[in-house]
Amino acid sequence: MKDKIAVKVDDLTVAYNYKPVLWDIDLEIPEGVLMAIVGPNGAGKSTLIKSILGILDPIAGSISIYDKPYEKQRALVAYVPQKGSVDWDFPTTALDVVMMGTYGSLGWIKRPGQKQKKAALEALEKVGMLPFKGRQISQLSGGQQQRIFLARALVQNASIYFMDEPFQGVDATTEIAIINILKELRKAGKTVIVVHHDLQTVPEYFDWVTFLNVKKIATGPVKDIFNDDNLTKTYGINYKVSVQE
Amino acid sequence: MDIKEYIQLVFSDYTLRTITLGTAILGAVCGMLGSFAVLRKQSLLGDAISHAALPGIAIAFLITGAKDSNTLLIGALISGLIGTFWIRGIITKTHLKSDTALGLILSLFFGFGMLLLTYIQKQPNANQAGLDKYLFGQAATLLESDVWMMAIVTGICLLIMLLFWKEFKILLFDADYTKTLGFNTKIIDILITSFIVLAIVLGLQTVGVVLMSAMLLAPAAAARQWTNSLAVMVFLAAVFGAFSGVFGTAISASQNNLSTGPVIVLVAGVFVIFSFIFSPSRGLLFKQIRFIKNRRDLQLHKTLAFMYNIAETHEDISHPHAIRILNNFQGYTKGTLQKLVEKDYVKLNGNLWSLTDLGFKTAANLYNQQTRNNE
Repeated sequence: MKDKIAVKVDDLTVAYNYKPVLWDIDLEIPEGVLMAIVGPNGAGKSTLIKSILGILDPIAGSISIYDKPYEKQRALVAYVPQKGSVDWDFPTTALDVVMMGTYGSLGWIKRPGQKQKKAALEALEKVGMLPFKGRQISQLSGGQQQRIFLARALVQNASIYFMDEPFQGVDATTEIAIINILKELRKAGKTVIVVHHDLQTVPEYFDWVTFLNVKKIATGPVKDIFNDDNLTKTYGINYKVSVQE
Repeated sequence: MDIKEYIQLVFSDYTLRTITLGTAILGAVCGMLGSFAVLRKQSLLGDAISHAALPGIAIAFLITGAKDSNTLLIGALISGLIGTFWIRGIITKTHLKSDTALGLILSLFFGFGMLLLTYIQKQPNANQAGLDKYLFGQAATLLESDVWMMAIVTGICLLIMLLFWKEFKILLFDADYTKTLGFNTKIIDILITSFIVLAIVLGLQTVGVVLMSAMLLAPAAAARQWTNSLAVMVFLAAVFGAFSGVFGTAISASQNNLSTGPVIVLVAGVFVIFSFIFSPSRGLLFKQIRFIKNRRDLQLHKTLAFMYNIAETHEDISHPHAIRILNNFQGYTKGTLQKLVEKDYVKLNGNLWSLTDLGFKTAANLYNQQTRNNE
């Protein structure tokens, strides 16, 4: 089943200044996996996602989505940025933020209409935020803001979802709600790639994992490669995590 | 001169009409574009751009030798744009933070502009007088053609804004995400920035280099206090800006020799102060009132809960207690107790208090209510 490659990264190297942040990354992500990217702070996890999505300019390397260059396949890809990357005091409502997910399919100038609004309301419903649709976004809790970002990506109706630390600073209820949505996406055959920090939950939440620390350490099914050996290689210390079978 | 006379004068007097129209249009376009600058956290960019425009004015005069405002403003536009791109260059190419880059360019360009102005003043040329009006602006020099120019630029600006509204909004909120949707963020960015530069240059003649950024920021800052919708904010900022222009002109015209630019800026400042204090949702006044009211409610609830705890130890909830008990355990205030009596939660009999049925029920539900309200 997992023979189609959704995302392919070739020889990706990224540097801000002299020191490379990502060094010669080759990565193949099969279709339909729920994948965690793990690694220590400064390992380049967010940078990897941002480079794949063309937000950052890599020094070298190429990205393809379903065997075509990323630029031609944007419609297949949705992105959930880190919650802290925007100013939540911006004068707009929850519904309005979710509507932004439809802007890509609309293209330049065209305004969103009833169809787009309906899609946005459905996405809000999915993340359990429908009662808050008219709320000013600064009046939402951290977990609710994260759900709004998730809903905005859901509206895009993409095949591949990239998420930058969606569990950061959210409570247990939101975390469970989010992971259930991610699992639903996988069930629908979508590919979900998540920058993740909590190693304890990797075996429970994900079926695929990539270890990253500037270089790619390992990538593959969680049950095969999520072990102390790879964790030690990635984090540099003797890391022991109890993997529940 | 009373208001009625003044309004008549605005319609009959050609100069006054031109100035009023000009400052109103200028205020509106500045408020509109200022909203974008404020939301992009580029408030200081306007200040830097306006200061950076000064050497352009001086150089344009040195080259052409003419004081025609359009020529000088083209000089201002060019040097303002150069300043803007230098600032961007400094921010992206060095490790300097944007405030440092802004401060640096602002003072460098302004210093150079002042140098050129003093040089021009020493020239044996009868024409040079009056260039320094660009420092603080002089609305009285506005001509009908200037106003037309402003109106046309404002119209184009409005058109572009309505056309690219969705793109502007999403870029302001989340630039990285905008990129992933396939929009060329550089084009949107250049559009916004160029219009901000254009608005500033338009205002130089009226408000001047030094005060121009206030025209951009004050109406937007005031408007932000009243609304949580971007569209309403931009509209309100335009209205506040326009009124600042009209009122400022009126005040300076009715008081002899008051410089128009600074008065307009001060009027805009009054809008800001008023909004900061009196806005219902974000204003200081209502925030403070809400704060005090909440504390008072909590105090009331705490006293009630305390009484409830004592009453619960008895079988009969209306069992009277000496008021002294309250005193011993908790510093209650007469006022709080009085309020509880008013709400019929508590009965006072001389020195003895007892909970009423209503008070008992309310107290029992207090904790639940608190948690419900917080959800």
